[in-house]
Amino acid sequence: MSTLTPAVPRKKERGGVWLTLLAWVVGVLFVLPVVWMVLTSFHSEADAATNPPAVFAPLTLEGYREFFSGGASPWPPLLNSLTASVVSTALVLLLAFPAAYALSIKPVRKWTDVLFFFLSTKMLPIVAGLLPLYLFAQNAGLLDNIWLLIVFYTAMNLPIAVWMMRSFLSEVPAEMLEAAAMDGAGLTKTLRSVIAPVVTPGIAATALICFIFSWNELLFARVLTATVAETAPVFLTSFVTSQGLFLAQLCAAAFVISLPVLVAGFSAQDKLVQGLSLGSVK
Amino acid sequence: MTSVAERTGQSQVQPPPPGAVRRTSDWVRRAPLLPALVFMIVVTQLPFVATLVISFMDWNAYYPDEVGFAGVDNFRRVFTDINMRDAVVTTILLTAGVVLISLVLGLGVALLLDRKFRGRGAVRTMMIAPFLVVPVAAALLWKHALYNPEYGLFNGALTRVWGWFGSDSPPQPDWISNAPLWSVIFALVWQWTPFMMLILLAGLQGRPLDVIEAARIDGASNWQIFRSMTLPHLRQYLELGALLGSIYIVQNFDAVFTITSGGLGTANLPYTIYQIFYQAHDYGRASAAAVVVVVGTMIIATFALRTVSSLFKEDTGR
Repeated sequence: MSTLTPAVPRKKERGGVWLTLLAWVVGVLFVLPVVWMVLTSFHSEADAATNPPAVFAPLTLEGYREFFSGGASPWPPLLNSLTASVVSTALVLLLAFPAAYALSIKPVRKWTDVLFFFLSTKMLPIVAGLLPLYLFAQNAGLLDNIWLLIVFYTAMNLPIAVWMMRSFLSEVPAEMLEAAAMDGAGLTKTLRSVIAPVVTPGIAATALICFIFSWNELLFARVLTATVAETAPVFLTSFVTSQGLFLAQLCAAAFVISLPVLVAGFSAQDKLVQGLSLGSVK
Repeated sequence: MTSVAERTGQSQVQPPPPGAVRRTSDWVRRAPLLPALVFMIVVTQLPFVATLVISFMDWNAYYPDEVGFAGVDNFRRVFTDINMRDAVVTTILLTAGVVLISLVLGLGVALLLDRKFRGRGAVRTMMIAPFLVVPVAAALLWKHALYNPEYGLFNGALTRVWGWFGSDSPPQPDWISNAPLWSVIFALVWQWTPFMMLILLAGLQGRPLDVIEAARIDGASNWQIFRSMTLPHLRQYLELGALLGSIYIVQNFDAVFTITSGGLGTANLPYTIYQIFYQAHDYGRASAAAVVVVVGTMIIATFALRTVSSLFKEDTGR
């Protein structure tokens, strides 16, 4: 084989430069709106709303200053989003791990049916359950309460998490589990020394996806929260309608609110793929 | 519980203890599953039962004294409502449009990124960026910073390019008013192409390279290899991307709500139901619409689940 390989790349090289160029052009086109958002966020309002665009206008922090201290403070919504995302992600992991265990390591009978039940809940339109949940929250006095969102975000992400964790847990080699059992290792010991090393990256991927989906969610948050438990995406929509259009400030707001997701996603690109494909792409 | 199980075990199977043991061990196995299962049933299934009940009621929050049984009135209104029918069509167009275009683009980009070249990691990182912008922020960005007819980037770029050729009257289309549905579709395609690309790229990298090399040595052209080897191998990844993309885009609310506020024929089902509920406060009709959507989704989901389950069998069979 090794003697033949040189012939193959040479054939490929012919259009190589153009394909590389094309890849770069496509990549730049896709990232351009994001770059434009960041650039505009550092422009003054006057430079942001020009036609043709003032690309090389002087940079300023005006937009960020206005966003953080101009009108309503963005900190409570950002903290609400952080609370809802982190707590619901923790709850999802707590519920999903044992469930996935019962669907892979020591599977219950008809475990595929259970797995598909979880997935089917993901296909039902969220909006169809919105009204009864709203009425329930209203009667229970839970409207505008961050805990209500936490419960819904947990339910929203649990099916994905169960699917992902099951796929990661089923990678634990059966021989290793048998060996551990023969050595007389208890459940805790098996979990810690056999299962944990294999599935820890998978748990990280699951957590990343759950965090991103909770952080992004708009519909539930919009209907079920008001001034107290408002999350960052809701704040962003009200921000535009109440203050008119300030492009630099809007871009600053959009960038700040996207920043946690951008940082988390970029730092764990491979986990992102695993997570999005419910663990089926390794 | 155990004693009942034991007795039935005794009457049906000859040796009683194994039956009882199996049943207890079944419950031990089920125990870790139960919290998640019960939680999901309570939070996702009970509301649907409530929706079903409310859909047969005459209930508008503006007239709290007139709550009563409505029979199938709500359903009649849903089926005769032209807005609902339009919403169904819009939902299908929007979902199919976004999924198909982003799948094709995603496949193209994945093929480009499957080669080794300078800066491949950088291009991949740039490609992922759109998916990591919070959807509402992305929708606002497209609406105000890109599509805006006066100072959006698109028209700004047109002015600049026309300027290079000495023209003072560049075309300045009002993108959202001229093509509202396409405006929403393109903003979503921009966000979902990276998703499709990532899944397809992972698929491409799992190809058996030795077989492809052998085919190339046997004189197969790139197109032949793509048609008869790459594409069949990618089939399950294409299906996975289409399925997961559909699940999310069918439910899209953020882009429709933000870019067009459901106007100009872009109101999809989630937005329409949201409106009946949130603005008209017609709980009965909103619930009936929700029930119709759920039934429709169930029919489609059955086919979709069949696809996943066939993928899934291949997966466990390996």
